[in-house]
Amino acid sequence: MRIGVFVCHCGTNISATVDVEKVAQKISRLPKVKFSATYKYMCSDPGQNLVRESIKEHKLDRIVIASCSPRLHEKTFKKCVEDAGINPYLVEMANIREHCSWVHKDMEEATQKAIEITRLAVAKVSRDRPLEKTYMPIEKKVLVIGGGISGIQSAIDITFARYPVTIIEKEPTIGGRMALFDKTFPTLDCAACILTPKMVTVSQNEYTTIHTYSEVEEVNGHVGNFRVKFRKKARFVDLRKCTGCGACWNKCPVKVDSEFDLGLGKRKAIYVPFPQAIPNVPVIDRQNCLWFTSKKCGLCKKICAFGAIDYDMSDEIIEEKFGAIIVATGFNQFDHSVYGEYGYGRFKDVITGLHFERMANSSGPTAGKIVRPSDGKEAHDVVFIQCVGSRDEQKGVPYCSRLCCMYTAKHALLLKEHNKDSQAYIFYIDIRAAGKNYEEFVKKVQTDYGAVYLRGRVSRIFQKGGKLIVRGADTLSGGQVEIKADLVVLATGLIAQADAAKLAQMLHIPYDQNNLFTEAHPKLAPVETITSGIFLTGACQSPKDIPDTVATASAASVKALGLMVQDKLEREPIVAKVNPDACSGCRSCIQACPFSAIEEDEIEDSRLKRKRAVAKVLEGVCTGCGNCTAVCRMSAIDLEGFTNRQIMEEIEAL
Amino acid sequence: MKYAYYPGCSLHSTAREYDLSTRAVADALGIELLEIPDWICCGATPAHITMHLLSIALPVKNLLKAKAMDSYEVATCCAACFSRLKIANEFMEHDLEHRNKVNKIVGQEYQGEVKVRHFLDIIVNEFGLKNIEQRVVDKLSGLKVACYYGCLLTRPPEITQLDDLEEPHLMDDLMKIIGVEPVSWPYKTECCGASFSLTRTDIVLKLSGDILQMAYDEGAQAIVVACPLCQSNLDLRQAAINKKYKKDFQIPIFYFTQLLGLSLGIEAKKLGFNKHIINPAELLDTITKKR
Repeated sequence: MRIGVFVCHCGTNISATVDVEKVAQKISRLPKVKFSATYKYMCSDPGQNLVRESIKEHKLDRIVIASCSPRLHEKTFKKCVEDAGINPYLVEMANIREHCSWVHKDMEEATQKAIEITRLAVAKVSRDRPLEKTYMPIEKKVLVIGGGISGIQSAIDITFARYPVTIIEKEPTIGGRMALFDKTFPTLDCAACILTPKMVTVSQNEYTTIHTYSEVEEVNGHVGNFRVKFRKKARFVDLRKCTGCGACWNKCPVKVDSEFDLGLGKRKAIYVPFPQAIPNVPVIDRQNCLWFTSKKCGLCKKICAFGAIDYDMSDEIIEEKFGAIIVATGFNQFDHSVYGEYGYGRFKDVITGLHFERMANSSGPTAGKIVRPSDGKEAHDVVFIQCVGSRDEQKGVPYCSRLCCMYTAKHALLLKEHNKDSQAYIFYIDIRAAGKNYEEFVKKVQTDYGAVYLRGRVSRIFQKGGKLIVRGADTLSGGQVEIKADLVVLATGLIAQADAAKLAQMLHIPYDQNNLFTEAHPKLAPVETITSGIFLTGACQSPKDIPDTVATASAASVKALGLMVQDKLEREPIVAKVNPDACSGCRSCIQACPFSAIEEDEIEDSRLKRKRAVAKVLEGVCTGCGNCTAVCRMSAIDLEGFTNRQIMEEIEAL
Repeated sequence: MKYAYYPGCSLHSTAREYDLSTRAVADALGIELLEIPDWICCGATPAHITMHLLSIALPVKNLLKAKAMDSYEVATCCAACFSRLKIANEFMEHDLEHRNKVNKIVGQEYQGEVKVRHFLDIIVNEFGLKNIEQRVVDKLSGLKVACYYGCLLTRPPEITQLDDLEEPHLMDDLMKIIGVEPVSWPYKTECCGASFSLTRTDIVLKLSGDILQMAYDEGAQAIVVACPLCQSNLDLRQAAINKKYKKDFQIPIFYFTQLLGLSLGIEAKKLGFNKHIINPAELLDTITKKR
């Protein structure tokens, strides 16, 4: 064995606190260390060259780099030694920066510690075994969970590369929240006008399969090979026969509050959520349909000229395989009924931003008129309150929802356009208009549309004389403000969907205390999760506007395509391995594994002459965390690259 | 039902009718109120703005006296006494530093073990509205009132734990049971000016005036309260409010125990109506005439 040790100065990051020459000198005295040197920046090209040249010149077969954390340059040095003909798993990094020079001040003590750390790395590398990467097949199909703008964009990008994609959408139609909006900031594009072309593109593409009114129920497997079970809920209308003529919903006698119009309008028990829905096929709401509740009516079936109504339809469970999954499940709106000061959600004329969108929308429940829901009269004095639910550690969520300043400004603009004599009053804490052309937009709303911005919170809203009395503070002028408003619009924040936690657990992806899915790294990997093969896009990861949503959608699809284009998936060999002879089948490792990467298997025991249970590692899923090796009382399971023997060697070297 | 009764300073002086009517109601319902012997002032506002430890020690002394009666539940009618006693309990139970210091001052061990209940809470939640309904002999129908809760009954919510802090309803619920119509009005918990009554009477006139105006606008003939200072500001200062703001309010301010007492068949003269500044006689006559 001929070990080479390279100690890095890292400029002065290490050498200012650790005497790197002394470290190199002391380590060179160890048996098996045949070469020891220092260099200013080991990770640089000349630094790496030094390693490669030394390997050739001194016939080195194992390498230790004493420098920074392996999280930064482990890949660099693995590739470096591989180029020089050494197996990449025969290189160890001794962290004498983050673990030593950066956290100590005394040079003598820090140098001693650095020597210790490097000595341990030498001990480990002496026991390292050469390992080979493994390869797995990849299912060339992507699953997109969620059919809103983010899911649609991801799907479009995947199909552009000619790979098949399946969208599973919970609602009876794709389109998501964007379908509810009127105009979008800052361009004031009509939301439906820019969304529907994408909806058509994705649905008419030969590579896309869309399952609406469907929900994911089980996800097993791992990157390249996910097995997904989903439920296609019964619509009671045959997708193949229905032409979307509308005869059924015209005749349906039942009217209920429309979810799409947030209760401002009505829909029938058999309905299509909005006119441009895809598929343009209705669904029967069996909670309110007279046939399902009391076996009466049945008019829709009688009137359908295509025989598309089928009351006997049942849910379908479908299982399919996918190579990658993109999570695009979006957001929900904060429920402001926790705020007693705003009426506990009981005042009809205190509405949310989304309600305002529905009213402003010309195909909405008020035909585009901004009115008071209580009496239908046109709204003139309208108060907008920003940050409802957001930035509130007591009753809401602590984060900023990012869009509300912009959509409130937009609403003030739309109000003026719809009602010429109206006046908008906006209570704000800050104005967050960080996007492109956003600041200019907000300014325009103030100068050209006369919106009055008041910096302060609203302490109370109450009803008197048919108006809403809004009491707030105007901190910039230092006074109290009382406004008699016709309508109050609350800029409610964006929160995670109600079933977000359940979905995250199904997918084995982490989520935070706000039930927003956690990205692999907030700065450097915002669309990946730590679960290989599962990517995030849109508001399910954090509140974002349409431009950012579309950007993350394309980013996630690139990540998914990165998997699709490979013939086979390269997997790190740092995985757990079971020695079935020593395994007692106690299943402790199966319970300890956070990734469900260990299964029970049966082997034929030739000595006992019967079958017995042992553990089996699913190498594709195993992340090499080592939990299993810690709990195994038989030492039957060991982690390649961090074996018990290797760790013991380090401990004995101390 | 037995309670150690803590009337507080006001109920023995300016709010005598509250004390009278409370005792009369308790008597009629069979609730035993045993006045804590030799009780002292709870400290109210002056104590907590002068010296923090004093403001905790004073209530604790009273609570210890209640404990000495072998009673673990104190009943009080005044919202300020209620608030101070509960806050003292909160500190003594959860804050070790306060506990040690105050125990040293009072010379005894106390850990917040004596519970404090407001009489409104006892009537509505402990005795129960259904039981009240059974005892009502005279439904006071035809009377429209605005129930005014003031500041200390429901705030701070973690301390009082009494009612909803934006839309309290305990008094309203009680009024409905005795046949009185509580109006829906937005000033249930607006500030009346509180102890500025003496130092800045102008503030009280403005704020209490607004409360009277709102009650009037919503159709109330009287205001019902559960606190001596609420009663005082709205009743005592009504004449000055009328003069300053050129109004003509004649809105009697009742304690909930007075109206409850009437409905239970207790004689009017036992309920202290003669102690009011704004004379409620005319109004009471109209509702009793309707019987």
